[in-house]
Amino acid sequence: MVFLENFRIALAALRANLMRSILTTLGIIIGVAAVVAVVSVVQGLQYTISNQLQGVGATFMVISPKMERNFPGMVVRQVKLTYDDGKAVKEKVAGVKILTPAIFGRATLKYRDRKHTPAAIIGVNENWQDVNNHTVDRGRFFSRIDLENRRKVVVIGERVIEELNLGPNPLGKEIYVDTYPGTIIGVMEKKGQSLGMDVDDLAFVPFDSALALFGRNAGDQVQLRLQADAPQHVEQVKDNITRLLRQRHRIPSSEPDDFQIQTQDEVLNTVNTILGTVTAVVGGVVGIALLVGGIGIMNIMLVSVTERTREIGVRKAVGGRRQDILVQFLIEAVTLSLVGGAIGLGFGFGLGAVVAKLIPGFPPAHVPLWAVALSFGFSAVVGIFFGIYPAAKASRLDPIEALRYE
Amino acid sequence: MALIELKDIYKVYDMGAEQVHALNGVDLQVERGEYVAIMGSSGSGKSTLMNLVGCLDTPTSGSYILNGVAVEELDDSQLAAIRNKEIGFVFQTFNLLARTDALHNVELPLIYAGLSRGERRERARRALEKVGLGDRMHHQPNELSGGQRQRVAIARALVNQPSILLADEPTGNLDSATSEEIMQLFDELHRGGNTVVLVTHEADIARHAWRQVILRDGKVIADEKTVRAEAALTPTPLPEGEGENSGLSSLSR
Repeated sequence: MVFLENFRIALAALRANLMRSILTTLGIIIGVAAVVAVVSVVQGLQYTISNQLQGVGATFMVISPKMERNFPGMVVRQVKLTYDDGKAVKEKVAGVKILTPAIFGRATLKYRDRKHTPAAIIGVNENWQDVNNHTVDRGRFFSRIDLENRRKVVVIGERVIEELNLGPNPLGKEIYVDTYPGTIIGVMEKKGQSLGMDVDDLAFVPFDSALALFGRNAGDQVQLRLQADAPQHVEQVKDNITRLLRQRHRIPSSEPDDFQIQTQDEVLNTVNTILGTVTAVVGGVVGIALLVGGIGIMNIMLVSVTERTREIGVRKAVGGRRQDILVQFLIEAVTLSLVGGAIGLGFGFGLGAVVAKLIPGFPPAHVPLWAVALSFGFSAVVGIFFGIYPAAKASRLDPIEALRYE
Repeated sequence: MALIELKDIYKVYDMGAEQVHALNGVDLQVERGEYVAIMGSSGSGKSTLMNLVGCLDTPTSGSYILNGVAVEELDDSQLAAIRNKEIGFVFQTFNLLARTDALHNVELPLIYAGLSRGERRERARRALEKVGLGDRMHHQPNELSGGQRQRVAIARALVNQPSILLADEPTGNLDSATSEEIMQLFDELHRGGNTVVLVTHEADIARHAWRQVILRDGKVIADEKTVRAEAALTPTPLPEGEGENSGLSSLSR
C-alpha cells in the first residue's frame, strides 16, 4: 500500500520537474539507446548468419587454401588447393558424402542489350545444391552429364532475371557470361542477403567453364565444400582430410597446414566470437555512459533531497518512518532511471532499425528479449546504486532540523 | 491516568564546546480533553518541550508517558508510529506539500497509517469539511489564503484522530482577524472533545486556552487555569476580550 503510494509520489515529483527529470535521465537514455541499437544490429546479423549456417546443416565443412603472409598483402608461398585434392578427398576419406569445388569470380552477364555484373560468378559441380542446401526453384541444377559433356549451361539467381530483363520465363534463354555463351537451365530459390552479399545476385557455371572464364590459375586455389555423412563423424572426417591433404601437399610434420578446414560449428563460432567481441566493446563504452548517467541521477537526487528537506520533515512529523522516506526517494531514483531506460530502449530500437535499413545488404535489426531485460535490469541497478545514497541521506534527516530548514 | 505525563525532563544539547540545557527538570501532566497553552519567551525551552511532547525528539533524561506508553524507550520507527497515531501537528509555517492539493495534503498521515485509498479520501474529505474547506479540496496551497492553508494543516492534524492536537505558534504567520478565526476553530475542536496543546508567545492567543503553562530557562514557573476556564465553569459566558487583562498574560510578555 505504502509502496504503491510511494510510486505515485515519485511519479508526481518527477512530473513536477519534467524538464529536469528528462535532462537527468539523458545519460541513461543515451546509454541504453546505444546498447540496444548496437545489440539489435549485431543480433540481426548474428541471427541471419546463424540461420543460414544452420540451414547448411551440422555436417557441412569448408576447406580453403591458407595464404601465408608476412607483410600485409605479401604472399610468401603460393598454396594450392585444387579440384584434384577435392576428388582425392571424396574418394579416399570415408564419411565424405558429397563435395563440390567452388571458384568465386566476377564477370559481366549480357542478354541482348542488357548488362549486369552480379555479386559473384561461381564455378561448381553438380553437388552444390546438396552441399549448400541451396536448391533451384525453377528448371534444374547442373547434372553430372552437363559437366562431363562440358555443356554450356548457366544457373542464375532471382535478381539476375530482373537485372537482365529476362521476362517471366528465363529458362532456355541464351546469355553471355563475359564471352562465354550459356543456356539458362535453372533459377535458384530466393535466399535474401547474407554478410553484405546478395545471395540472389549470383550466377553458377560448371566448374570447367569457370576455369575457362577465369583462367587455368583460378583452379589452383579453389574452395572445397562438402557434407559428411553424419554429424558425429565430422571430427573424424576433418582429421582424415587433414592427413590426406598434408600428404598430398607434401608438408613436413614441422610445418603448419596450408589449408583450413572449417566445420559449420567453427564457422558459427568464428562469427559469434567476432560479433561477441563487438558487443563486449560497445558494452564497455555503454557501461561508462550508464555510469555517467547514474552519477547524474545521484546528483539530481541530492539536489532534490535538499530542496525537499521541509517536505521530508513534514512526512516524518505525520508518521513517515525512515524506511518510508528511504523507499520514497529510492523509488524516485529507480523510476527516473527506468523511464530513461524505457525511452532509451525505444530510441535504440528505432536507431538500430534505421541503421540496418541504411546499410545496403544488412539484415533487419533484431532485439532479443534478453537485451530488453538487460537494459531495464541495468537501469534499475543504476537507479538503486546511485539512488541509495541520496535516499539514505533523506531518511536520516532529523525531523526537527528538517522542519526548520529554510 | 493523565494523557501526557512528563517527569523530571532534562534536555541537553551538546554544542561542541558548551552544553546547552534547554530543559531543566520539567514536570507536566495534561489530562484528556484539556486546552493548554505553553508560553514563554524565545530560549525558554518551549519549542524543545513541544518537540518532546510531539515525539519528534527524546529527552536526555526523565520519563515521558504518552497515553500509557513510555516514549523515551521507543526507537525511531515506533516514534514515527506514535506521531502518526497520537499526535496531530499544526505548524506556524503551515508546512503543506507544495503542488499537492488540499485533499492529498490531508491524506498524508493516512498513507503512513496504511489505509486504503478509498478510506483515505473519505476521511480527508470529512476532515476538510470539518474545518470549513469542503469547497477547496482540489486547491493547491498557493491557491489558498494563509488562513485557509492553516485550516488545511489543521484538517491534516485531525484526520487520523490523534490523542493530542499540538500547535506551534499556529497564528504566527496570520493577520489578527484570521488569527482569531483559527483560534475559534481550535476552541471549537476543544469543545468537540479534542485535547489541544498550543505553543505561543502571544497572550491574545494563549487566552483561548483553559490552562497556561509558562516556561523560563527550561523550567515551569507558572501553571494555572485561565480566566476563560473559570468562566466556563461558572454559568455566565465569558465577556469578549476579558482575558487580555489577566495577570498571566502580562507575565509572559
